[in-house]
Amino acid sequence: MIHTDVIIVGGGPAGLCAAYSLVKQGVSVTLFERNSKLGGQLVKQTHKFFGSEKQYAKTRGFDIAAKLIKDLEPYSAFLTIEKNATVLGIYPDKVVTVMKNEAYFKYQCKAIIVSTGAMEKVLAFEQNDLPGIYGAGAVQTLMNVYGVYPGQSIVMVGSGNIGLIVSYQLLQAGVEVKAVIEAASSIGGYKVHASKLRRLGVPILTNTTIKKAHGVDFLTGVETIQLDESWKTIPGTEKTIQCDACCISVGLAPMHQLLSMAGVHMKYIPEFGGIVPIASDTHETSYDGLFVAGDVYGIEEASSAIVEGYLSGLYVSNKLGMKSEEINSQIADFHQQLEYLRSGPFGKKTRQGLEKIKEARNVT
Amino acid sequence: MLHKTGIPTIEQVKDQFPEQSKLSKPKAIIECYEDIPCNPCETSCPFQAIIIGPDINQQPKVDFDKCTGCTICVTSCPGLAIIVAEVHHPHAIIKIPYEFLPRPQKGEVWHAVNRSGEIVGDANILQTLVSRRQDRTLLVSIQIDSSLVYEVITIRRKHA
Repeated sequence: MIHTDVIIVGGGPAGLCAAYSLVKQGVSVTLFERNSKLGGQLVKQTHKFFGSEKQYAKTRGFDIAAKLIKDLEPYSAFLTIEKNATVLGIYPDKVVTVMKNEAYFKYQCKAIIVSTGAMEKVLAFEQNDLPGIYGAGAVQTLMNVYGVYPGQSIVMVGSGNIGLIVSYQLLQAGVEVKAVIEAASSIGGYKVHASKLRRLGVPILTNTTIKKAHGVDFLTGVETIQLDESWKTIPGTEKTIQCDACCISVGLAPMHQLLSMAGVHMKYIPEFGGIVPIASDTHETSYDGLFVAGDVYGIEEASSAIVEGYLSGLYVSNKLGMKSEEINSQIADFHQQLEYLRSGPFGKKTRQGLEKIKEARNVT
Repeated sequence: MLHKTGIPTIEQVKDQFPEQSKLSKPKAIIECYEDIPCNPCETSCPFQAIIIGPDINQQPKVDFDKCTGCTICVTSCPGLAIIVAEVHHPHAIIKIPYEFLPRPQKGEVWHAVNRSGEIVGDANILQTLVSRRQDRTLLVSIQIDSSLVYEVITIRRKHA
């Protein structure tokens, strides 16, 4: 059994920022990342971020990742980073099991932060398993991490911020984006992203979904169909768009599995994208000493994950008995930042989700 | 229309411009039609000419008397939603952010493109700038016909 103060599961924006809050105070942290690189989804984000300067706005995502990693360097004495390490389970008495390089390890700690992020949702349609049909994360990984074209011409399904941003990145890479289709009656993401695409000649088709994919061995086109206001397909509105790639960007779901397996009280909250822990105001779950941060506690923008990460780290240090005026004022500042990030119309889902968490807490 | 197509109406666009007399000098035109949590335009402005306030969801307002058209906000906006415009009849000069290759070169003539992605005229490339502060977003100065000042938003390379 290997002992450490705090274990963080997941080295994306939330995990890195949580680690920073802790190691800065001299708490020993072991961070597990199942990929070979830290930074999570940030490393694929080539666009400048929104938010305020405190969340590194106007900095490109991969540069934010580099900055968050660099911020940890002075505290390397307190931080152990295990890459290519998959956390397999969380057991009673804060025992965590890990697989690394085909070897199995057992850890025990005083507190755990789960910041596993999210996974992409899929869409059911005929032949959706044809080669050439990707999730948005795969397209970004191929294109922005490895420099590989996902295709020559693509149809984007979903007009949330990810769909719009990935479409723009595809255009930058030289891929023809035939259309962005959106089942809802209005564009899901920020209109500034939509306007960026439209001025480049990309049509955005609302009330439209994908009916089936064409092709035998690989994708040759997609058949779209229009939807009425009650989301019913309108027969006779089918259209075929020729393309050799199709990107599905229809939302994310929290990676809740480790928490569910550990017996944490969970709840399905659609506003948060799926199953999330019923955590306290200090991000602590029903498992004493097990905290959460980032998309695993409800899907939001990366800027929120960053702030939540910093906050969870501070809450954990409180839990471990570290209390000071400075910690309190930092907590207050991060709280204020989250309030602002969530107070606009795009924060509505998060506000509703948090309300439901509160209600669920009162029930349990 | 904006929420369905990504194209703002001409009235929405015109509302972001100052009166014509003020356009004899370069002014920032911000097309941020939604309450989104974002404020780099405000914090990057050296003249306090862009106001959002503590609630970063508020839409930015430009004080055209303070704005010098310095273009710092143009490449600071993560939404690429800011241009700088000035009018000297019969021409207008617009400074736009541009993030594509190949980069336009001074002296070239490119297509001038509107908010629907349609070609509406010619754009003479006057200058291209990329400094460290711009973080790889190119700033391109183009000269267009002044009648197109409310229409042109970007450029597209002409096929040889």
